Amino acid sequence: MKSGWLRGYAIGYLLFLYAPIFLLPLFAFNEGKIIAFPLTGFSLKWFQEMATIPELRNAFWNSLRIAVAASLIATTLGVFAARASTRYKFRGKGAAMGLIMLPLVLPDIILAISLLVVLLQLGIPLTMWTVILGHVLVCIPFTIAILNSAFLSLDRSLEEAAIDLGETRFSTFRLVTLPLVMPGVISSLLIAFTISLDEFITSFFLTGANPTLPVYIFSQFRYPAKVPVIMALGTLLVLSSILLLAIAEYFRRRGVRRQGGKDTGGFL
Amino acid sequence: MNASATTTKAIIELKDVQKYYGTYHALRGISTEIRQGEFFSLLGPSGCGKTTLLRTIAGFEDLSSGMLKIDGKDMDGVPANVRPTNMVFQSYAIFPHLTVAQNVGFGLRRERLSKDDMARQVGAALAMVGLDGYGDRAAHALSGGQRQRVALARALILKPQVLLLDEPLSALDKKMREQMQIELRRLQRQVGITFILVTHDQEEALIMSDRIAVMFEGQIAQLASPQQLYRRPVSRKVAEFIGVMNFLPAKVVGEVGGLAEVQISGLGRAAIPLEQCPAGVKAGEASVGFRPETVTILFDGDAARGHTVNGTVEEVQYFGDMTYYDVKLADVEKPVTISMRNLVGRKVLERGDKTVIAWEEGSLVLFC
Repeated sequence: MKSGWLRGYAIGYLLFLYAPIFLLPLFAFNEGKIIAFPLTGFSLKWFQEMATIPELRNAFWNSLRIAVAASLIATTLGVFAARASTRYKFRGKGAAMGLIMLPLVLPDIILAISLLVVLLQLGIPLTMWTVILGHVLVCIPFTIAILNSAFLSLDRSLEEAAIDLGETRFSTFRLVTLPLVMPGVISSLLIAFTISLDEFITSFFLTGANPTLPVYIFSQFRYPAKVPVIMALGTLLVLSSILLLAIAEYFRRRGVRRQGGKDTGGFL
Repeated sequence: MNASATTTKAIIELKDVQKYYGTYHALRGISTEIRQGEFFSLLGPSGCGKTTLLRTIAGFEDLSSGMLKIDGKDMDGVPANVRPTNMVFQSYAIFPHLTVAQNVGFGLRRERLSKDDMARQVGAALAMVGLDGYGDRAAHALSGGQRQRVALARALILKPQVLLLDEPLSALDKKMREQMQIELRRLQRQVGITFILVTHDQEEALIMSDRIAVMFEGQIAQLASPQQLYRRPVSRKVAEFIGVMNFLPAKVVGEVGGLAEVQISGLGRAAIPLEQCPAGVKAGEASVGFRPETVTILFDGDAARGHTVNGTVEEVQYFGDMTYYDVKLADVEKPVTISMRNLVGRKVLERGDKTVIAWEEGSLVLFC
């Protein structure tokens, strides 16, 4: 009886979580213009229409460029921070790491508005680069969390062994450290990419003339006629997000296995 | 042990080496010499500074003060990667993303050897440690004993002046450990390189070493050959760390012709050579120790050698080849442990049996 309740709760929870997402493809492949049941018939026309809207294409390329830049920068900075926090002891380390991780719980809107105020005060025009800046801030806590665990599972004596065998600090990093944390790096790149692609608030505030995909989607909801196309777009976004997360997790697990370590977490 | 390879030339010289971690004083004035070609062990409980000393020699830790020379050259400011030492780590530190051959050849990378030369050297190194034909295996798929062999081959292929081993056997099971003890010793004789072994296992140190430095609290308490260390520990602390020793309260009552006249509780009067107390013998309280196998329980028909004293068996531990008896002596609170070989026809005593114990002055160690 007890387990029956628990099972019911679990199923209800999952439905609440995923049912709306399953509605996306349902309406994306629906022929009708109006988002309502009953469905009127199967059609691929909304997907075809997507390709004919230049603003959408622009927004897509903007998002892609921003996501690539933001994930590269956030991961590079994350490697430095994770390496420092796992290998060295220094004054104020705890405070520094805490502050770096803070944006994780800080409302994005606060981050975005304060960044906007600073940029305007400095007279920096809003471009793709300001969006990238915002996204890097949002992504860094995630990349550091992933990279920290990659560096932590790296046996310190491996680096010492390389130095002992004649390598310099730099060549040790290149020959031993980097290859061994590479699964973490790839996983970090993919997660940061996904987060940047989805990020709305900072993009909305910091974007100039070229909106990102989420900002474009938001702007289109004013026009009921555009909604089915957005559904189609949403379907593709959900699929690519799941794919990216799965790839990230695959590399993370492979990394753990290759070093013969124990799996101690991860996102999936 | 290996007189041909061991010369008196010092390969490592340490002079008043001090190491602080913040306020923690890890090494407190280590001064010693390690000879070329010897198997040298640093033995002590955890936290005694033995690993710190090893890492100092390797170049992973700086000296706070003092001097370290390897092969006559001062190592101050010389980084680990150019020192003529190589290390076998406690975790073996086998690179998990490389094959066995790539691991073993890692240190030769800088020498830009031809492919054939490299393969030949790696093959020879693998053969030396008994891993012929393992070159293509993935390193992470090896067993503990195999990893250890790869770590040895990887370090020895560079022909270092000194091989440093940080508790290399502690992760192996008992049988593997015993096998590797013999093999390490054999390997050391074969290559003739100075081995410095860090261990907390006194048995391991006794079996493998030419000389052992026993360390407590950042200092060397005694540096001696295994036999010397076992027979003549310089302090009760060293004696307690190496094997089993019985201690009896004693009183120095006089000095006659190079011998200390000692009154020992439970045993009686004995004359012990003064040289056992280099610091000089003072009249007064002292203690006397002896190993369980150096005194004998007399069985019916055994002839007594030396002095005899009566006792009562309080506890019996039967080990098959040996029996350990806890024997209560008159005037001594704590029973002493005596081990006897279970020879054919020799009976095993029982609790409460009255016995006669024979002892000689040569068995006794005086701690003053």
